[in-house]
Amino acid sequence: MDFINRRKIFYSFSIAMIAGSILCLSIFGFNLGIDFTGGSLWEITSLNIKNNTIKIVDYLEDEGLGQINVQTTNENSLILRFSNISEERHVQLFGKLQEIIPSIQERKFESIGPSIGQELKFKSIWAVFLVFFGILAYLSYAFRHSSFRVPSYRYGILAVLVLMHDVVFIIGLFSLLGKLSGWEVNSDFLVALLVVAGYSVHDTIVVFDRVRENIRLKTKEGLTQIINLSINQTLLRSLNTSLTTVFPLIALYFLGPVSIKILVIAMISGVIIGTYSSICLAAPLLYDWAVKRG
Amino acid sequence: MNYKKLLIIISIFIATILLGVFIYPDGLEERGIKLPSFFDRPFSFGLDVSGGTLLLYEADLNNIEVSDYASAMDGLRDVIERRINYSGVREPRVQINKSGEKWRLIVELAGIKDITEAIKMIGETPYLEFKEIRTEEESKNILSLQAEEAEKENPDESILQIDPYFKQTSLTGKYLKRAELGFEQNTSLPVVNLQFNDEGTKIFAALTKKNVGQPLAIYLDGYPISVPVVREEIPSGRAQISGKFTLPEAKELVTRLNQGALPVPINLISQQSVGAVLGEESIQKITIAALWGFALVLIFMIVFYRVPGFLASISLIIYVILVMSIFKALPVTLTLAGITGFILSIGMAVDANILIFEHAKEEIKKNKPIRISMEDGFQRSWPAIRDSNIATIISAVILYYFTSSMIRGFSVTLAIGVGVSIITALYITKIFLQALTTNK
Repeated sequence: MDFINRRKIFYSFSIAMIAGSILCLSIFGFNLGIDFTGGSLWEITSLNIKNNTIKIVDYLEDEGLGQINVQTTNENSLILRFSNISEERHVQLFGKLQEIIPSIQERKFESIGPSIGQELKFKSIWAVFLVFFGILAYLSYAFRHSSFRVPSYRYGILAVLVLMHDVVFIIGLFSLLGKLSGWEVNSDFLVALLVVAGYSVHDTIVVFDRVRENIRLKTKEGLTQIINLSINQTLLRSLNTSLTTVFPLIALYFLGPVSIKILVIAMISGVIIGTYSSICLAAPLLYDWAVKRG
Repeated sequence: MNYKKLLIIISIFIATILLGVFIYPDGLEERGIKLPSFFDRPFSFGLDVSGGTLLLYEADLNNIEVSDYASAMDGLRDVIERRINYSGVREPRVQINKSGEKWRLIVELAGIKDITEAIKMIGETPYLEFKEIRTEEESKNILSLQAEEAEKENPDESILQIDPYFKQTSLTGKYLKRAELGFEQNTSLPVVNLQFNDEGTKIFAALTKKNVGQPLAIYLDGYPISVPVVREEIPSGRAQISGKFTLPEAKELVTRLNQGALPVPINLISQQSVGAVLGEESIQKITIAALWGFALVLIFMIVFYRVPGFLASISLIIYVILVMSIFKALPVTLTLAGITGFILSIGMAVDANILIFEHAKEEIKKNKPIRISMEDGFQRSWPAIRDSNIATIISAVILYYFTSSMIRGFSVTLAIGVGVSIITALYITKIFLQALTTNK
């Protein structure tokens, strides 16, 4: 398959995706979870808890907790979100709830101070940039002897650009599905980012490595052919690796606990976009940068 | 077949079986075979898997020297660990964590029933302070400063909270050696007798010498419980708190002080708890999912790559056993995120094998003999394997430093998984292939 000559299709697709993500982000923003905003999250369960929802919420609101956000789950529990409270208050409130509904049980309780949330936001952004920089630095070093026909730093820069493209995709995904399906941006999001970072770079480097090897060996051929050849040679391997990575993830989705389903979908999406970007974006971009600019 | 290679392969199998037993000793133990206790250690599961509570405390280090920070945090961790153990919560994990300028303590408590007790106990760890009285002038200055500050639109809280009459000294609970219940001579009222350690004794002597005739306030958890007037210099390091205690109150205070007074005050800034029910279900489901996922990968490898695929599958099984042994031995705390990272790394571990095979296939197509094709396959795929895996490890390391303890698990397991996968692909798969092809 001729990837180089079809690259316009891939570029348009990617640009549309990036535009879409930015659009989603500006309209929907992020559905930030308490890991980032601070606050409390309480999951309580009992038989037929849904019938008692109003009673519970009324009671809690009377207790001065401010606005309470309620979510029902498929597993007969309620997820309540409200402001940060102390442990004492938590115990006290639960005791009172037990009086109202004796069979009530607590599945999960989290209370996170607002400053922690701020900190996490800050650190996450820093982390993402550092990852970009780290990869750029390492690749420039690793490919330093490969400047023949394509200067070595370009590999690093392109790998990072491709990675940014994938990250934007994940951000857009969480933004869109935050609005549509209530996906929360919390620590799972960070994990998804790490998956994308690791996997996308891994994949992209394999393609680049093949390119540099072919450049070294096939001195007589034009860059178009070399790069096309490289992509086709790694295509099978790329697809196979994404399959073997996705199989356990699919198993996790269908057989694993509910709490990680969102994370798993995010990871599967990350793997797909990472594979796409290394096959259809990274190498063609390399071609454009090498041929057009010389 | 080369004898040396055969020997290596056999040792690999034996080692793998041993490690397999290490991971899952239950099978043998049921048959009555005794294994060293090292084998019995359970896997270390994170709280979101086993159920439990994560508490994050921030330490207030304002009143001590920078050079003392580390030892204060160590002391803090010891005291808290002791208190938790006392309340019966099994295997608490208490870790010191530094985040920018802030020093924190991460407390992980597994098992849900005693959590409220434990939190209460930690909350009740006493913070003992001795404060001396300020000079009149000092008090006046502070009062007028505070009056000024109160007039402002947005007054600075920290200024308004300064005690205008008493100021802190360096004498706190960290110098306490022992507390004992006692009774006042004349009134027979219960008192608490304190004995300071050597350093504390010196400080106390200096403090009492300086303040003869003045009140010396004893604060507990921020409140004054006794303000005796110093009659003379006290060189013995013995002090008495006689603050209108009932007998149970005095006894409790003695116990709490003896279990450890906090060297610095702490604040609970965040907590997360997961019910055990949720936790146990999760472990089961994840284990089943992981086994199925793994099976799918193996089937795929065999179907697609035939014989080399079969060898790679064996190599993968060895890989999984090896990584799980590392997790159990170190131990690595497996949170949900961590387990997910491990599962991801299994998929990526296959990648190294696939790279080698694809390269080898190409060499074979050029009609090179199989043996040489394999060798070349290894040689030429090495740079790609090395670079891509190192980049993944770099990302994992960076994210390790920037995330919280539950998510860190992902970085750790991914990094270990990727690292080991390089080794298994390179050495183990290679040896199998070489052994096989030598026969031809």
